[in-house]
Amino acid sequence: MENKQAGAGSKIKNIYKSDRHMWRLIIIMILWFVFMAVTKFSKFYTVVNFQTMFAQFPEFGLMSLGVMVCMITGGIDLSTVGVANMTGISMALLMQWASGESQELSPIWILIVFVLAILIGMVTGAINGILVSKVHIPPILATLGTGQLFTGLGLVMTNGSAISGFPSTYAFSINNRVAGIPVQFLIFVVVAIVMAFLLSKTTYGKKLMLIGTNENVAKFSGLKVDHILIKTYTLSGICSALGGMIMLANYNSARSDYGSNYTLQCILIVVLGGVSPNGGKGKISGVLLAIFLVRALETGINRFPQISSYYISLIWGAVLIFVMVLNYFTENNVKLFSKKKA
Amino acid sequence: MGEYLLRAIDIHKYFAGVRALDGVTLEIKPGEIHCLAGENGCGKSTLIKIISGVYQRDSGTIEFDGQAMNRITPIDAIMKGIQVIYQDFSIFPNLTVMENLAINSQLAANKKLVNWKNMRKIAEEAVAKIDFKVDLDAVLGTLSVAEKQMVAICRALMFNARLIIMDEPTTSLTKKEVQALFKIILQLKAQGIAILFVSHKLDEVFEISERFTVFRSGKLIKTGNTADLDDKKFSYYMTGREFDVKTFSPSRTTEEPLLEVKNLTLDNSFENISFSVKGGEILGITGLLDSGRTELALSLFGMEPATGGEIFIHGKPVKITSPQVAIENKIGFVPEDRLSEGLFLPQSIGDNIIISEIDRLTNGILMDKSRCKEEIDRWVKEMAIATPDPGNAASTLSGGNQQRIVLAKWLACNPDVLILNGPTVGVDIGSKHDIHAILQELADKGMAIIIISDDLPEVMENCSRVLILKHGRTAGELSTQDITESMILDRMM
Repeated sequence: MENKQAGAGSKIKNIYKSDRHMWRLIIIMILWFVFMAVTKFSKFYTVVNFQTMFAQFPEFGLMSLGVMVCMITGGIDLSTVGVANMTGISMALLMQWASGESQELSPIWILIVFVLAILIGMVTGAINGILVSKVHIPPILATLGTGQLFTGLGLVMTNGSAISGFPSTYAFSINNRVAGIPVQFLIFVVVAIVMAFLLSKTTYGKKLMLIGTNENVAKFSGLKVDHILIKTYTLSGICSALGGMIMLANYNSARSDYGSNYTLQCILIVVLGGVSPNGGKGKISGVLLAIFLVRALETGINRFPQISSYYISLIWGAVLIFVMVLNYFTENNVKLFSKKKA
Repeated sequence: MGEYLLRAIDIHKYFAGVRALDGVTLEIKPGEIHCLAGENGCGKSTLIKIISGVYQRDSGTIEFDGQAMNRITPIDAIMKGIQVIYQDFSIFPNLTVMENLAINSQLAANKKLVNWKNMRKIAEEAVAKIDFKVDLDAVLGTLSVAEKQMVAICRALMFNARLIIMDEPTTSLTKKEVQALFKIILQLKAQGIAILFVSHKLDEVFEISERFTVFRSGKLIKTGNTADLDDKKFSYYMTGREFDVKTFSPSRTTEEPLLEVKNLTLDNSFENISFSVKGGEILGITGLLDSGRTELALSLFGMEPATGGEIFIHGKPVKITSPQVAIENKIGFVPEDRLSEGLFLPQSIGDNIIISEIDRLTNGILMDKSRCKEEIDRWVKEMAIATPDPGNAASTLSGGNQQRIVLAKWLACNPDVLILNGPTVGVDIGSKHDIHAILQELADKGMAIIIISDDLPEVMENCSRVLILKHGRTAGELSTQDITESMILDRMM
């Protein structure tokens, strides 16, 4: 009997060990949902609350997917928020111009701005990719620089103020629900499926992982490393631009300093989701779970009026450090609570 | 003083139930040069770590200088005069030579302030002991591997060493540097210091040691005088297998060369190199470290495209400007350093095998998982890669098996010309013979093979012709059938 129990115990342990990051996230998620159920059931578990959450997380969720692919190559993308805001601002200005005095916008423009946004994302991402691969600037510096550049461009275009006088057609159609499901979430799902497909079903995904493991070996294996890096940053740029378009709809305005804490939050999500900052390791499933977890945490915290929203940054910083310390211990098999072997 | 300086008798050591050492014995006389040999994983390193106090033995006795040592800590070992020089030398690359040498005594004295004058004096005394000429203010990271090793030796000597253990000290040294190291070792011996020299290189064992001990799979196989040893016996003790050494001669070659190189030049590396290889031939390229042999290999594979001269493949001129072009022209390349150039260590064995041919394993845009698996299974079987699951990380394998993965990666691309730079560096003797057999078989099937190596026995055994490089120029091309190693050496030096 005892043996059998031990067997079951080790089985569970093996399942846990097979994907620690996933299971850790699932456990934290369950604990948090139980905690919210116990403390604020009526305020947290409402359809509207969940609809709001699903409308909100796509904006940084998309950016996180971009940061994820860059981090798998061993790089990072710090320009996401800059790209997002610049895209939002230029599209807001474009829609303002297109509608003229009438404040009317034909629905075809929504398609046009999305296509243009994707183009902006591609160009900005390709710039990052070229700086990283061809000019050999460390990704952290290259994207910090371009991020600042794009934010600055946004500032110049707006003179630092918010753009809000554009037709509400846009915000209205994106900030909408299809069969009760927020449109923002649907956009996110499409991108996430494309990403998952790229990572697990195509040779690009495999090459990405191996380049992140060791760029030099990849070169010696005949992979077009530069090409793949540029592709990757371009992908990240597209994600950021789409994130910017969702922000534009959610706020119904655009400004160069919106979402400034998203940079840290995206990195937090990606690391929490089990992507190694050293590259070569990571799964989209973990990152998706982490995106949702971070949103649920923030929404949950907001249900406690006594905790000021000013604490959010502090909490994210602390969680990021905690996760990385935890990863260090699991990856190096350091046992925190067991006695040292004699 | 007794007959032996160190006696480690009937040592057992288990790691998590796995037997690492199974009753091994090692006895070292004062002032002798003793060679400890064995393939990777035979327990050499474990025993060293037990002697130096890093690990504790599970059973057995250790006597040093006639005194039984019950529990050895690293400090005990140093106090008794046992010093280990590890492969990575355990030095601080960002500090100067002087700081590296003096830091231990400074730490031992528990000083908070640095006395530079004192440090310089300590360092000067240390290098004087072996007549080592070096700039004490040079930052260690800028020194050559051999110089770093000398610094480590000087540091070891500062503690009145009686026994110095060197863990594979010649792995990354050039021939000249190895000779310099051997001179130092003989000096140390003259000072009455015993040396335990860990190596699996035959020629070194013969040249330097007086007595030897061979381990295999955690067991003592043989100990005795080096004078009673020969190549064949040594290989047998190491591997438990007998090998027939026979020189390769091509069975049939193609009419036209598959690869021909005319006046190939890479600025500041090599110039005017010409040679050709037919299918079925194995060409050796050898030379000293600065001869341009590695750069030549990199140029042929497009990593550092040549700046002048011509390359012909199947008689047609091609410009190899990148590895992709090389692969398109059916050139495969096994690089020199498996760890930083050949393998994605933490990734699976399977991914490592198929990465270079991955674009062919698709149906349109999707990866064809079943064909990937087929390819992986095929190569794991064909190369006899010893793994229970090709999904395991490549880092779980031994050097020999890892090299088979790199080989499999290129064979999967079905090359006409295979270039190998140091194909058996850091590979145990058994696998080395297997890899040689594979290469000879490939040549017999019609592949053109180029082996770039400074391991002359390897070149002599496997290549039908050898091209010798010196200072970036051709110093001769010889047929291996009717020459001796010393003739190659003469042209290399």
